[in-house]
Amino acid sequence: MDINTLRGLATVFVMIAFLGVCWWAYGPKRKRQFDEAAQLPFADEPEELAAAKSDAASKPDLSTEKERQSTL
Amino acid sequence: MSSNLAHAGDHPTYNYKVVRQFAIMTVIWGVVGMSVGLLIASQLVWPDLNDLFQPYTHFGRLRPLHTNAVIFAFGGCALFSTSYYVVQRTCQASLFGGWLVPFTFWGWQLVILAAAITLPLGYTTTKEYAELEWPIDILITVVWVAYAIVFFGTIMKRRTSHIYVANWFYGAFIITVAVLHIINNLEVPVTLWKSYSLYAGATDAMVQWWYGHNAVGFFLTAGFLGMMYYFVPKQAGRPVYSYQLSIVHFWALISLYIWAGAHHLHYSALPDWAQSLGMVMSLILLAPSWGGMINGIMTLSGAWHKLRTDPTLRFLVVSLSFYGMSTFEGPMMAIKTVNALSHNTDWTIGHVHSGALGWVAMISIGAIYHLLPVLTGRKDMYSVRLINVHFWLATVGTVLYIAAMWVNGIMQGLMWRAFNADGTLTYSFVEAVEASYPGYFVRVLGGAFFLLGMLIMTYNMYRTLAAADDETEQNVLAQPA
Repeated sequence: MDINTLRGLATVFVMIAFLGVCWWAYGPKRKRQFDEAAQLPFADEPEELAAAKSDAASKPDLSTEKERQSTL
Repeated sequence: MSSNLAHAGDHPTYNYKVVRQFAIMTVIWGVVGMSVGLLIASQLVWPDLNDLFQPYTHFGRLRPLHTNAVIFAFGGCALFSTSYYVVQRTCQASLFGGWLVPFTFWGWQLVILAAAITLPLGYTTTKEYAELEWPIDILITVVWVAYAIVFFGTIMKRRTSHIYVANWFYGAFIITVAVLHIINNLEVPVTLWKSYSLYAGATDAMVQWWYGHNAVGFFLTAGFLGMMYYFVPKQAGRPVYSYQLSIVHFWALISLYIWAGAHHLHYSALPDWAQSLGMVMSLILLAPSWGGMINGIMTLSGAWHKLRTDPTLRFLVVSLSFYGMSTFEGPMMAIKTVNALSHNTDWTIGHVHSGALGWVAMISIGAIYHLLPVLTGRKDMYSVRLINVHFWLATVGTVLYIAAMWVNGIMQGLMWRAFNADGTLTYSFVEAVEASYPGYFVRVLGGAFFLLGMLIMTYNMYRTLAAADDETEQNVLAQPA
């Protein structure tokens, strides 16, 4: 096989891989799963989790976290 | 409150001791590394400073000490500290590895100490950012393998089903740095402190800059992006702008960076096709870099007002602005025609510091200001106002530094390439050096600003830790016998 055919194929392969990653990331099936994953930095503080889960899609403002903690 | 305890909640007790040790050493090595940087910048303005204690204080010996101290001691400790913290909190598991955990701390400090002794003594492999001689290289490898076992062991025992994106970046950083370090440091020992590279000629140069650029791409970028994906959302109190974008960002960034190193060898003995490949890959790299930068900054949409009151958040967000700026500048400088002007000039040093001061140092500083109160069980740092002072010193210092180097670099490039009508050079080399003098002075000013900020941070950290210790003592005394 000509080396240039191989180079061309490599480019096509990388493009397919990239489109595959985009399809996988943006597929509507996994949207909910990724929205939950995005909450992981807050997940090990229970009161935050409760606030976050109540309205995951609209990205709740968690600025009151500290105030809530201080009242405990 | 003991530093080993996390917030009460439904999760195991996290190991905060090692996080705290690395966080403290981040600040201390930052001061040390940047002091050496300020000294060598001053040597370029006042050459007499080379003679403080010859031959150990010569620029040629202190310059690798500066780069190793800021990258591997300051940056390295920041990465250890934050990765150990983030992997525990997002996996809801305590660190895996038992004695390996303190071993990574003391082993890494030993590496830094060995570097601080051998480099001024003149022991060097002469490979940039890989100057340390073979016994230290072996020690680094052992510590790094321990680090990988601790990190991935913790991920394996996680209680969450998903591995958070920050851990993907930290993981890629740990694996790739291991590969880079081992392959670039394959060398034949001659004596205890002298070795020769296994590669020769253009191959050696290519391996070195494959390593060198990926030290930037994985040590100074992927690891700190891991930091970004945890601390920016956490400090802003909002989840990352787009988790889907972060996945595309990750795969695109790690698969592209590895090809870009050849742009360090434009117009060299490296085959022309390899230079062009390096240039094209560097240009494409702009896309994932900016994708990540936008993802980080947009996390603040709807919460911009927090920047007005929270200097820690300001550090994190301004670091992303500098990241965006230097990842635009980098691909531009990788274009061969631009590189013909910028190569070997101070522009390169300015570009590096735009990334190192503006991005790496600022995001680390922001992360440490977020961490220290958590680790000491306090609501805030000792003084939030001093964080604000530090922020402005760091920002002004960085801008002074990079602006001075832009002016110097472009001027040097133009002077070196200027020809007279008869084909002779218009300027001698030393004329370009003389013309650089004011820029070198402005750089010293910028560096001094930045270092002053770090000293203020050290004071703030000391007071925060001391206050926490006082509170612990009082609590112990207050308890009934």
